[in-house]
Amino acid sequence: MPDQTPVLEVKNLCKYYSVKRKGLLKAVDDVSFSIQKGETFGIVGESGCGKTTCGKTCIGMLAPSGGQVLFDGKSVHSMSKSERFDFTSRAQMIFQDPYASLDPHQKVYDIVAEGIRIHKMAAGRAEEERMVLELLDMVGLNAEHAMRNVHEFSGGQRQRIGIARALAVDPEFLFCDEPISALDVSIQAQIVNLLVRLQKDRQLTMLFIAHDLSMVKHISDRIGIMYLGKMVELAGADELYRRPLHPYAQALLAAAPIADPKASRERKKTILAGEVPSPLNPPAGCRFSSRCQYRTDRCSQQLPDLQEAEPGHFVACWLYENKR
Amino acid sequence: MENKVTAAGRPAETPQLTELDFRRIEKKEKDLGTVYRRSVWKELLKEIRGNPMAIFACVFLLTMIIGALIAPLSPYDPNAIDLPNKFQSPSAQHWFGTDEFGRSYFTRALYGGRVSLTVGFSAMFVTICIGAVIGIFSGYIGGKLDMLLMRFTDIFLALPSMLLMIVLNTMLKPGMTTLIMVLSLFSWASVARITRAETMSLKARDFVAASRNLGASSVRIAVHHILPNIMGPVIVAASLGVASAILTESSLSFLGLGISIPHASWGSMLQAAQATILDRPMMAVYPGALVLLTVLSFNILGDVLRSALEPKIVK
Repeated sequence: MPDQTPVLEVKNLCKYYSVKRKGLLKAVDDVSFSIQKGETFGIVGESGCGKTTCGKTCIGMLAPSGGQVLFDGKSVHSMSKSERFDFTSRAQMIFQDPYASLDPHQKVYDIVAEGIRIHKMAAGRAEEERMVLELLDMVGLNAEHAMRNVHEFSGGQRQRIGIARALAVDPEFLFCDEPISALDVSIQAQIVNLLVRLQKDRQLTMLFIAHDLSMVKHISDRIGIMYLGKMVELAGADELYRRPLHPYAQALLAAAPIADPKASRERKKTILAGEVPSPLNPPAGCRFSSRCQYRTDRCSQQLPDLQEAEPGHFVACWLYENKR
Repeated sequence: MENKVTAAGRPAETPQLTELDFRRIEKKEKDLGTVYRRSVWKELLKEIRGNPMAIFACVFLLTMIIGALIAPLSPYDPNAIDLPNKFQSPSAQHWFGTDEFGRSYFTRALYGGRVSLTVGFSAMFVTICIGAVIGIFSGYIGGKLDMLLMRFTDIFLALPSMLLMIVLNTMLKPGMTTLIMVLSLFSWASVARITRAETMSLKARDFVAASRNLGASSVRIAVHHILPNIMGPVIVAASLGVASAILTESSLSFLGLGISIPHASWGSMLQAAQATILDRPMMAVYPGALVLLTVLSFNILGDVLRSALEPKIVK
């Protein structure tokens, strides 16, 4: 059970990109959440809603335009060089594309051993070898794979190598950036299963990003839903799936396929009209107002804050204002 | 999900994957170990085997290299003057005949090949070293340094290099080292451009981000991730570089600015043949053909290397 000390606290995080002649792209706009120790926090949303940018900023790969990220109480972006180096062994990342994220000219052994070497975690060659083989075994690869080149492996196996690389430095926090979206469905289950197992074994705290709703529900304790750089709803995984509050969350969940034609036919469908507006030119007021079926005048004028509508269930929507 | 009701009235079991299934699949995959073996060398051999031109180029270059290496085994001194035997026709003793001083022309061609190949390879090596270092620095660090280094590179690309090489060669002490230095000085710029472009595209790749995220220093990333990954294009550039270095060396020697007399080089042999070109055209044909074929072979080899190495770089 997750205890109540936040490992990662994100406060009013903003990440803007200036696009030539087109103005400011608000990839992540005023997002706040915190992740407790041992918890898995999922972020869901359409492509381009700022999930990955948000995650990368959290582990210090990108500098924020505003707000701050506290890791264990310390701001990730104002660390000294040695603190930053230390941080790299505590927070790691698993990449979306298992093909681009592994150096094509390295052997599996060297890829996994890189973190061990950088952080000087092994006393000698023999210990390093033992650690690497242990890691490979942990992610379901065997010793014979160690001396192969990465191009000899399939997508799922590559993702395992990527996981072994991230875990080599024994991190406490793992950012998974859509680790399964580039894989076959059958392999997806294996990788998610592996991640769940590893999280239990190593008491990892995870930030898990995906656009596959069922997988996120399976792995996450709490889930945040993002739309156009904004967090629109945040709640426990089961609660969110049982009773989504935000109209966007409702539509998103209704769009998730059910592997049962009968149930699928009977289910109430909320189909969203239109496309996601360009993040360069988002609607005034609530970002979702241009597509929302419950829109009022207020929605297109004022931006709703993320407020607790029910205990532990946060939503950014004027519909729930009177319930507060 | 609701359970469906079967004809017997019992709720049917919805097939559900349990952790056990996952473990089973995992174990299976672990034992199976799908292998896609591909090796650069095999790819290269395949590429050469399917291309008669490439086979010719390789055989020719190997012959030239071996010939240059075993040149001292020739019974004749390449510089010994033997005037009574001058301008002999090709014979069993002197395969290319003798020149205006009665020296064995074949032996001189071998020694000339020694010079040409040494200069070619050394100049290429120095060129690659300078070019790669500047290119990687420029591409990896970026910003102002990149701007400065690239303008500097542009200047070197824009200079009329032949003219400056001639000037430099006349000013400096003639010899092989000078030649190599001057040649590299005027050819590193294009290598720097190639490596810079490659470095910039590699820098943005996920595996470099992953490495940085593991706390790797810039030097470590450059040595472990950038350098091995730009080797493909660099090797291609190198093989073309050898060809152009040999060609330039011959031109300079032809102008009398390369290897000093009496030592042979293909360029200086061409220059000497000039005087008697109407009477004895073969004196020009031998060294000329050797330069032509060597340069051609290196260029073919460059193309073969490109098609064998570069698809993998894209991957």
